[in-house]
Amino acid sequence: MFRNNYDNDSVTFSPQGRIFQVEYAAEAVKQGSVVVGIASKTHAVLVAIKRNAEELSSYQKKLFPIDEHVGIAIAGLTSDARVLSNFMKQQCLGHRLTYGRNIPVRTLVEMIGSKAQINTQHYGKRPYGVGLLVAGVDDHGPHLFEFQPSGMTEEMIAFAIGARSQMARTYLEKNVAKFADCDREELIRHGLRALKESLVQDRELTVDNTSVGVAGSVKADDGSVKVEPFKVYDGQDVAAWIESVADDKEGGASAGEGEGEGMEVDS
Amino acid sequence: MDHRPQAWGRPRDDVYGPYDASYLQTSGPKTATQSPVVTGTSVIAIKFKDGVVMAADNLASYGSLARFTDVKRLRPFLSTSVVGFGGDVSDMQYLDRHLTELAIDEAYEHESSAAGTSGGAPGGQLNAANLHKYLSKLMYRRRNDFDPLWNQVLVAGFDGAGKPFLGSVDLRGTAFAAPSLASGFGAMLAQPIMRRHAATDADAAALSREQAVQIVRDCMKVLFYRDARSLDRYSLAVVTRDGVEISEDERLEQQSWAFAERVRGYGTQVV
Amino acid sequence: MAAMFSQNPLMNGPNYSFNDAPRSNAPDGAREHRFDPYADNGGSTLAIAGADFTIMAGDTRLTSGYSINSRFHPKLFKIGGSTADQKDATLVLSVVGFAADGEALKERLDAICKMYRYRHGKPMSVKACAQRLSTILYQKRFFPYYVHAILGGLDEDGKGAVYSYDPVGSYEREQCRAGGAAASLIMPFLDNQVNFKNQYVPNSGEGHALQERERRPLTRAEVEMLVKDAFDGAVERHIEVGDGLQMMAITKDGIEEIVLPLKKD
Repeated sequence: MFRNNYDNDSVTFSPQGRIFQVEYAAEAVKQGSVVVGIASKTHAVLVAIKRNAEELSSYQKKLFPIDEHVGIAIAGLTSDARVLSNFMKQQCLGHRLTYGRNIPVRTLVEMIGSKAQINTQHYGKRPYGVGLLVAGVDDHGPHLFEFQPSGMTEEMIAFAIGARSQMARTYLEKNVAKFADCDREELIRHGLRALKESLVQDRELTVDNTSVGVAGSVKADDGSVKVEPFKVYDGQDVAAWIESVADDKEGGASAGEGEGEGMEVDS
Repeated sequence: MDHRPQAWGRPRDDVYGPYDASYLQTSGPKTATQSPVVTGTSVIAIKFKDGVVMAADNLASYGSLARFTDVKRLRPFLSTSVVGFGGDVSDMQYLDRHLTELAIDEAYEHESSAAGTSGGAPGGQLNAANLHKYLSKLMYRRRNDFDPLWNQVLVAGFDGAGKPFLGSVDLRGTAFAAPSLASGFGAMLAQPIMRRHAATDADAAALSREQAVQIVRDCMKVLFYRDARSLDRYSLAVVTRDGVEISEDERLEQQSWAFAERVRGYGTQVV
Repeated sequence: MAAMFSQNPLMNGPNYSFNDAPRSNAPDGAREHRFDPYADNGGSTLAIAGADFTIMAGDTRLTSGYSINSRFHPKLFKIGGSTADQKDATLVLSVVGFAADGEALKERLDAICKMYRYRHGKPMSVKACAQRLSTILYQKRFFPYYVHAILGGLDEDGKGAVYSYDPVGSYEREQCRAGGAAASLIMPFLDNQVNFKNQYVPNSGEGHALQERERRPLTRAEVEMLVKDAFDGAVERHIEVGDGLQMMAITKDGIEEIVLPLKKD
C-alpha cells in the first residue's frame, strides 16, 4: 500500500520539493470557519463567522484584539492562535515600552512570520495549525496582512481564509476596485457580503454567529490623524450591519460543507 | 624531605625570601566606567515656532586639559531629529554608533512599510519623542547594570503630533522635556537666559527661528566667558519640519573680555 | 596563628611561596562602584479618598539639586487603560522620589494591568492592583525603586481607595496620604483636616474626657480646596515644590484631570 514517507516531520522535503507537514497545517486553516478582512484608505475591517460545536455550547471567538491598533482574525486551531496572540501582545507592549509608539503592523506581522517559520525547519517541531488575518493601523494608515502556518506573510487589500473561503475571495476579487474609497460602514457591509457568499445553503448571518472588528485612521482636514482603536463588535452590536445586508440577493452558495472530520478545530 | 609535591623544586623562602607575586595580580574587581574621562561640556537647546535650535561647543576636555578641539557633539538622527551629547566622549561615540545602527534598521523598516497598499505616506519613522524614550530606556538599563553611559543627552525634533519636541536624558535614565534645556554648566548659566524668552511652550511658539538662533548664540557666548572647559568654536543645529541643518564650524563673534577685569572674589583679587 | 608559625623556618622547616598564582580577590562579577544610581528629583504628592471619589494630586516640578529640570513633568499617571491615552483607565498611580525609577515603576505596573485586561477582559480592581504593586516593589528589595508610590481608585463598593507604599513594598490602605519632599509639611495638615485629629467638641470635658470631633466623609469640593491649600503651603516652605499642580479626580464616571498653576519661584 502506498504510504507517504515524507510527511513524518517538517524538516524533510519530498522528492517533489514539498514539505507535507506544512501543507497539512495549511489544511487545518481550511477547516476553521471563514474570516474575511478588507482594508480601505481609512479603515481595516475583519469579519468572521463563529461556530458552536453544538446547539447547547457557546460560540468560539474568532476575532482578538492584540493592541489598541491591531487585531487578528483566526482560522484553524484556536489554541495555536492563542499562543501567537499572546506573543503579538507581548511584542506590542514591548515596543511601546521602548519606543513609546504603536508597533508598525508590518513589523509585528514579520515577527510572527519568523516565529512560525522556525517551526518548519526544526526537527520535532510542529507548524502552527492556524492562519491569521491581521488588521491594524499605523503611521502609514490601515493595513491588512495574511499569515499562513508556513510563516508566509503578505499584505492584502482584501482576503478571506478558512472553510469555503474561495467563495468569499471571489466576491472580494469582483469588488476589489471599490474598497480603497469605501467608508467604514460600506467596508463592513462588503465584508459581511463576502462572508455570506461562503455560507452553506441553510445558514445565515445572525447576531450570535457574526463578529466584526474595525480599526481606522481618518485624516482630518487640518492634517491631523484620528485613530480609531481596534474594537470587536458582537451580538446586538452587529445587528444593524447584518440587517443592512439582509436584503441583498442570496450569494451563490452551493451544497456541501467543506469541513473535515476528526481534527479539533475552532468549532 | 618535604612531602608536599607543590614544594618540590621551589625556591625556599628562607634562602631567597618570599616570592613576590604582586605583579601577577592584575585583576582587581571588575570595573565599569566610574567617572567620565574625556568630557564634553554643556549642550543647550531651545524650541521655537517651527522647530528646535541646539548648540554645543567642539571641545573635548581631558580633566582641565583642552584635549581635542574639533569634536562634533551634535548628530542628526534620520534627518528628522538632532541628538546633542554632554559628558563622556567615548560613551558618546558608543551611542553614536548605536544610533547609526538603529537609524539603518528604521530606514529599512520605513522603506518596506511605504511599499504597502496604502502608499508611502510620510512619517512612520521614529520621531524625536520616540528616540528620547528609547534613549531613556537605554540609559536606565545601563544604570541598573551599574555600568552607566556617562552622558547627558538632549534630543530635539518633533513628537507624534508634529509639534516641536525637546527632551533630555541623563546617566541615570531620568528623562524630561521642557521648552528650553541645558546640560552641565548650561543649566546654571544658559537656562535662565533661555527661560526669559521661552518660559512656556506658548512663549516658545512665539519665537522665530532667527530669534531662537540669536538666543542660543548669546548663551554660547556667556558659557564661553564663564565655563573654563568651553571653547569659542561650536556646532549649531536647527531642526525644522524640512529637516536638520547642522553647521559644525561656528565661531563666537564680537567677544569682549572687558568685563573680566571687574570680576572680583576669585584667586588673589579678594576685593 | 598558622601563618605566624609557618613563617618560622626553625620551628616548621623551610617555607615556600605557594600563593603566586594570579587570582582575583573579588567574587565573580563583583564590581567596585562609585557611581550613585539614585537621585532625588524632589516634588510632592497627595491623595485623599472620599465617599465615592478619590483625589490624587502632585506638583509638576522636576528638580536636581538647586536646578529646575522641567516645570511640567507629571507625577500622576493613569494606569491600566486599554489604549495608550488611558481614556478608559480607572486607576491612578502617583510616584515621587527618583523620577527614572518612578517612570519605570509606572510603565511596569501599566504593562501588567494591560496584560490583565487582555487576559481577563476587564480592568484590574484597585485591591488587586495594590497587591501587585507591592510585589513589584518588593521584587527589587535589594536594589529598590527609590519612590514613594500612592495608588488611587474606587473599591468594589465604589468607595474611594488610597493605597500608599514605601520604596520596598510595604503598603496600607488609608484615607489620605502625602508623599515626597513636602510630605512632612502636608501630612500633619491632612491629619487635622481630613481625619480631624486633635479636633475636639468644645466644652465636652477635660483631658481624656474630651470628646473627639466626629469624623465625616468630606465632599469633593472640600477635598479639592484642601489639596490646593496643602500645596500652596508646601510651595511656600519647600524649594523643590512648585510650578504646577496636577490633580486627578477618580469617580465612577472616569478620571477627570485638572492642572492649576503654582508659584514658580
